[in-house]
Amino acid sequence: MQHYSGFGLLKHAMSHHENWQRVWRNPTPKKSYDVVIVGGGGHGLATAYYLAKEFGITNVAVIEKGYLGGGNTARNTTIVRSNYLWDESAFLYEHAMKLWEGLSQDLNYNVMFSQRGVLNLGHTLQDMRDISRRVNANRLNGIDGEMLDAQQVKEIVPDMDCSANRRYPVMGASWQPRGGVARHDAVAWGFARGADALGVDLIQQCAVEGFEIEDGTVTGVKTTQYGTINAGKVGCVVAGNSGVLAGMAGLRLPLESHPLQALVSEPIKPILDTVVMSNHVHGYVSQSDKGDLVIGAGIDGYNGYGQRGSYPTIEHTVSAILELFPIFSRVRMNRQWGGIVDTTPDACPLISKTEIENLYFNCGWGTGGFKATPGSGHVFAASLAKGEMHELAKPFSIDRFNTGALIDEHGAAGVAH
Amino acid sequence: MFLIYCPYCEEERAEEEFHASGEAHIVRPTDPESLSDEAWGDYVFFRKNPRGNHHELWQHTTGCRKFFYMTRDTATYEIKEIYKVGEQPNVATAPAVPNKYDQFSSAQAVKK
Ligand SMILES: Cc1cc2nc3c(=O)[nH]c(=O)nc-3n(C[C@H](O)[C@H](O)[C@H](O)COP(=O)(O)OP(=O)(O)OC[C@H]3O[C@@H](n4cnc5c(N)ncnc54)[C@H](O)[C@@H]3O)c2cc1C
Ligand SMILES: [Zn+2]
Repeated sequence: MQHYSGFGLLKHAMSHHENWQRVWRNPTPKKSYDVVIVGGGGHGLATAYYLAKEFGITNVAVIEKGYLGGGNTARNTTIVRSNYLWDESAFLYEHAMKLWEGLSQDLNYNVMFSQRGVLNLGHTLQDMRDISRRVNANRLNGIDGEMLDAQQVKEIVPDMDCSANRRYPVMGASWQPRGGVARHDAVAWGFARGADALGVDLIQQCAVEGFEIEDGTVTGVKTTQYGTINAGKVGCVVAGNSGVLAGMAGLRLPLESHPLQALVSEPIKPILDTVVMSNHVHGYVSQSDKGDLVIGAGIDGYNGYGQRGSYPTIEHTVSAILELFPIFSRVRMNRQWGGIVDTTPDACPLISKTEIENLYFNCGWGTGGFKATPGSGHVFAASLAKGEMHELAKPFSIDRFNTGALIDEHGAAGVAH
Repeated sequence: MFLIYCPYCEEERAEEEFHASGEAHIVRPTDPESLSDEAWGDYVFFRKNPRGNHHELWQHTTGCRKFFYMTRDTATYEIKEIYKVGEQPNVATAPAVPNKYDQFSSAQAVKK
């Protein structure tokens, strides 16, 4: 792997940037691997990277039906934070946050992680009580968080309308200074490049269409392009298509697939240097380095695999943003798109073994898994490597929907992504 | 964006008047007292979530407020049929793993 550096950039400038090495190979798969990861999104690629790097398992393939990172990883609004309410989720997302903080160096790839802070606004007394509970819980868990009043919010975001006479006045917010945004594509590419360099085969344009299962143990995957590929273990990381994949193994998962939309405006001059989210008016916004406002809100209510949603959802999203920022009323929207998110009943992921030996699922991240990408990959790799779920992953087993040990993060997940 | 025919108002209306209430025809356990945790979990939390035709419950929330059923393709979003509560669908749902405890007979539930 060619090491990236400022000096390298200069050197390649001499040859008009025509001699850059390809970022990863495009191999034909072998007959058999120790671990096959299904799904080449951020989480699948991170899993493969940590399997090779931390656990020395390099005989690994990632099988992706489209192109790397083309699923929700490429479609999300890139908010990263770890201020979840319950211990189980707070520890999991904070584990990811710590990895984010060193990720560009670790991968030698600039993932543009920008800790510009995240505000979660409160508009009612009950909002403020919930926020105070969550901030206190976060602080007890060693996660940064502060309660701000309307005046302090105004100081951070001067262009937001924080006046008391709004229909939904801003009463205050939680503030996580270590939160922020990252470049979504770079995260997928950085992990892909790192995994490839350690020997992982990245197989694109090849879908998994079934499993080889013998006596309750998975022994391989059936693919569209290369027939059966044998595997010691199989880790499925396919987000919105998890239910379909589980169905191929005769399993049901406690999740439903929904469209989730987002949109960006034309680029404008710098106006917003943090991330603003509001569960109550139901929308969130940040500004990318290019200058476009990145806007999102809730899912479309019906089940959908179509990577697109309905106009009324977009209209609600935009009106929520205008409630907070009347100043944006003349900004034109540039692009709009959707992803398929796999939502669970308690708004927490499934990182779990299944009834089938050696078949694992890491899914259910729903509307908010981008922020967990490195942490999710790391704990899933540890679980696959050891054959036993990582301590941080244990509470997220599928079993919790039978035992009743749900982890209700609807408050902290909300619109919040 | 859907134009949805309400079988009670007998008119096509914009999607915004309606609320999608998820999978239809989920059978309530007849003998809840004897259900295992697994069977309860399956009834409450696990859904078919098919890619393709899906039987759904919808409500005309800002109209007549009545519930009705729809068969809709979750991949193309095409609405295949609309039928009233008490009626049966003509179009089958896409293949999906059924609830193991579908009939919810207590004998079956306890055995698991
Ligand atoms: C509009 C939108 C906004 C969001 N905003 C945020 C946010 O601000 N912050 C945040 O933390 N999260 C956010 N999310 C959620 C986040 O995007 C996801 O949780 C996360 O990216 C999931 O990553 P993944 O790698 O698991 O899935 P994906 O990136 O979707 O990767 C799954 C891959 O599996 C492949 N696949 C599927 N079926 C098969 C098959 N049969 N065989 C082979 N490959 C298959 C797919 O092609 C896909 O590439 C948002 C999501 C959306 C849609
Ligand atoms: Zn009606």
